[in-house]
Amino acid sequence: MRDFSMELQIKSEAGVCIVSVCETRIDAASALDFKEAVRQGTQDAPAEVVMDLTQVSFIDSSGLGAIVATMKHLAPDRRLILAGLTPPVEKVFRLTRMDSVFRIHLTLEEALRAQCE
Amino acid sequence: MRSVSDASHMSPDVTTAGFLPPFEVRVICGPLAVRRALDMVFDRLTPLALDVEEKSTVELVLAEALNNIVEHAYPPPDTTGPIQVSIRHCKDGLHVRLRDRGRAMPDDKRQSGKPDPCEIDLADLPEGGFGWFLIQDLSRDVEYARIDGQNHLSLRIAVAFRQ
Repeated sequence: MRDFSMELQIKSEAGVCIVSVCETRIDAASALDFKEAVRQGTQDAPAEVVMDLTQVSFIDSSGLGAIVATMKHLAPDRRLILAGLTPPVEKVFRLTRMDSVFRIHLTLEEALRAQCE
Repeated sequence: MRSVSDASHMSPDVTTAGFLPPFEVRVICGPLAVRRALDMVFDRLTPLALDVEEKSTVELVLAEALNNIVEHAYPPPDTTGPIQVSIRHCKDGLHVRLRDRGRAMPDDKRQSGKPDPCEIDLADLPEGGFGWFLIQDLSRDVEYARIDGQNHLSLRIAVAFRQ
């Protein structure tokens, strides 16, 4: 078993899997580990997976690619929802127009509230 | 305090008022070279007190340009080699030059259209290829040249303007 350098906290609450990324960067150096760690952590996840990016202060195009790959991997049975994008992360999604592809909530709380409605 | 000798390295169009002295950082290509180079650059940029927006622009442009060098100039098995980042602070922003001794960059690597993911099926969404788009979208005067076996990429990031 590989020891992933990417730290994630994964828990399920009311039928929603919450993946909290406990790293400040998802970049070219960590994108592969990130993808693999999320993949393993969401193997038994329910239909809604919320990824909390509050602690991530930087992503590059490799990090963005890893999040896109995660969404594709989870589909079609499970949906990836993003929450807590910091301004630098939000900027990468906006410039590449990936913000139009993902469901994005300002905070984790808002994302969870939306799932309950 | 800025010393007289620092100022003497500046190009003639740069005054000493509020400008950072030009500097250069060097790293050897490797898995953490990009992070290390960014740390060193931002350490030197501290006196500019860039705001979050400016800092994220500089970090993204430099990270993408450096990632390109790691990925395309020094691919396996020759993954080590020098990378130099030179930065000059001028009235119209930060003038950046990146140099490496790796493979030349093919023309098609520098092509980038504006992404339009809305029009694409989920399964076909691209997972890469945004690097050049981001560099070109966030910087100005982007020029690439192959000189004496070196890749030279120069660009300007329009932050930290001075009168």
